[in-house]
Amino acid sequence: MITFTPRDKVSKNWTIMGPALSIFFTVFFGLLIFALLGYDPLETLYQIFISPFSRIDRISDVFVKACPLIIIGIGLMLCFRANVWNIGAEGQFIMGTLLAGSFALLFPNVENKLLIFIMIFIGFVGGALWAFIPAILKTKLNVNEILVSLMLVYVAMLFIDFIVRGPLRDPMSFGFPLSKPYSDGALINKITFPGIGYLGQLHYGVLFIVLLIPFSWLFVNKTLSGFKINVLGAAPKAARFAGFKQNAITITVLLISGGLAGVAGVIEVSANIGQLQPEVSFGYGFTAIIVAFLGRLNPVGILFAGIIIATVKLGADNAQMSMGIPKVVTGLFEGILLFFLLTGETLQKYKIKWSKVKK
Amino acid sequence: MEALILTIIATSIPLLLAATGELITEKSGVLNLGVEGMMLSGAVGALGAVLWLENPYFGIIAGALSGILMASIFSIFTINFMTNQVATGLGLTIFATGLTGLAGAPLVGKTIPSLPKIEIFLLSDIPIIGNILFKQDFIAYLSIAIIIIITYFLKYSKPGVILRAVGDDHQSAHSVGYPVKKIRWYATCFGGMCAGIGGAYIPLVLTPHWSEGMTAGRGWIALALVVFASWIPWRIIVGALIFGGITIAQLVGQARGWPIPSQILSMMPYLATIIALTIISGRISKNNSVVPASLGKPFFDTQ
Repeated sequence: MITFTPRDKVSKNWTIMGPALSIFFTVFFGLLIFALLGYDPLETLYQIFISPFSRIDRISDVFVKACPLIIIGIGLMLCFRANVWNIGAEGQFIMGTLLAGSFALLFPNVENKLLIFIMIFIGFVGGALWAFIPAILKTKLNVNEILVSLMLVYVAMLFIDFIVRGPLRDPMSFGFPLSKPYSDGALINKITFPGIGYLGQLHYGVLFIVLLIPFSWLFVNKTLSGFKINVLGAAPKAARFAGFKQNAITITVLLISGGLAGVAGVIEVSANIGQLQPEVSFGYGFTAIIVAFLGRLNPVGILFAGIIIATVKLGADNAQMSMGIPKVVTGLFEGILLFFLLTGETLQKYKIKWSKVKK
Repeated sequence: MEALILTIIATSIPLLLAATGELITEKSGVLNLGVEGMMLSGAVGALGAVLWLENPYFGIIAGALSGILMASIFSIFTINFMTNQVATGLGLTIFATGLTGLAGAPLVGKTIPSLPKIEIFLLSDIPIIGNILFKQDFIAYLSIAIIIIITYFLKYSKPGVILRAVGDDHQSAHSVGYPVKKIRWYATCFGGMCAGIGGAYIPLVLTPHWSEGMTAGRGWIALALVVFASWIPWRIIVGALIFGGITIAQLVGQARGWPIPSQILSMMPYLATIIALTIISGRISKNNSVVPASLGKPFFDTQ
């Protein structure tokens, strides 16, 4: 029989131990499931967790993969801190990309890189507008934001499919559902290192993270707005007594997180794809939920979490190629990881006591 | 016309079952957002069992067990370790998507026999109605039976009243001596069982082979149906039929070449969900008493 007693204050040890132990247990249970289903656990371990670090260009690809996850994760961090459950970042990513991409396609011959900066702004607006729907429904009519934001993911997926197969299809694409390629001004270049050249796919978009992490850290820790978000999430009653405008905060965090998801989409597509296609996201919006939690809703944590999860994603790609394991298995690890992380949060606040079963 | 009605009914049954199960779970105060994941597990479990044992009825059992297994994982974490229910539910869906993708990989390309229709003696001979209502498969009858039983259970039986008490005020229910955690475990597992059978219905009747993520958001629509029904069981039937109708209407529209792009038509069930939620939520916020008061709140038994 296990009983929990509240701790006097949040355990510092568990704050660090929690995520570390969670990762350990996740690897253990994940491999156990693989073994039970008849895959070689050691080979899986190598492919998923180690092969992404086996070459320098692969390491830089981890950062490329982590880029959208971290950007979206930072936005979701604000939502989850305020106890607002935006799980539709995938849809906001798509709509931001679509709006910015449609804009870019109006300028087929522009080489000026000003275009990509305008696109990032438009991507933010597009994502924020898509998040505005659950925001306004939640605050005006008390409609559950979880279900609305999720339903809008399906709508966004179908919508981009329609646009790319219909109005924006490139007549020269030989029937493939692709838009015209972006002009040079709309692309994000790979970083050239003197003497080495390119490192995998590493592109200038990762610089956005270098700005975003310190900025968001200052926002949540040092500004009044950041403080209000924390209070609303941790103690909604206190927030009401203090006169914080709950609806305004809810709308703000949803708009920012939607906007950042849109920006992530613009950077991802302009750096790696260079045109619009029916599938632009590959589940980044959902994976970023795990990244936000693994990072303990903290900007620096999210940076590391993004890198860890990107490793697993790339590792799963490798495992698919070498072992024929379907790519969706990353979900298996992500799910287990989330379970243990949340358990860690309980252990931060409560002491466990083991006692004999009494009947 | 008759065929159309039969397809609408078949489309609504997975939603009906999953929503009914979730209703019981939520009545006990637990919000399990993992319905989509439990349905997926039910689907893959059913497919595997039927391929192995070559009898569609084992598919139902396997679907139920897979759903219960997923619900147990959810219960361990949310009820015993008191984790956040929203995040754990999301985690369950993500976990199940990965697990079923892995478990379903060997099943790709294999087809299973569908669940036989059972004709009810004499009643099935009634013109029109007989064909629609009394020549259904086992799961269809089962789902209606479950709705009738839980309507009675929640309203008139003592365990039903206890379940509602636990969902409305777990502290008081605990002080009177009811085992809050145990009751929530049962309610969550019942929800998992229903979602699992609902998921099993998809390969057993609708599309007889595995594809990744084949539930296509039905679990989420089922969650919305519970709100739509304002936690009243019989209203789930109405809601499920409406959504089944919309899904089939857009398919018919695509087949008949309506001048609307197919993707826009495919959006209809999701848009309808948002619209339905908006209408109902406005009403619910005026009359809050239909929502289980402890919904989503973890219970700490401090001893």
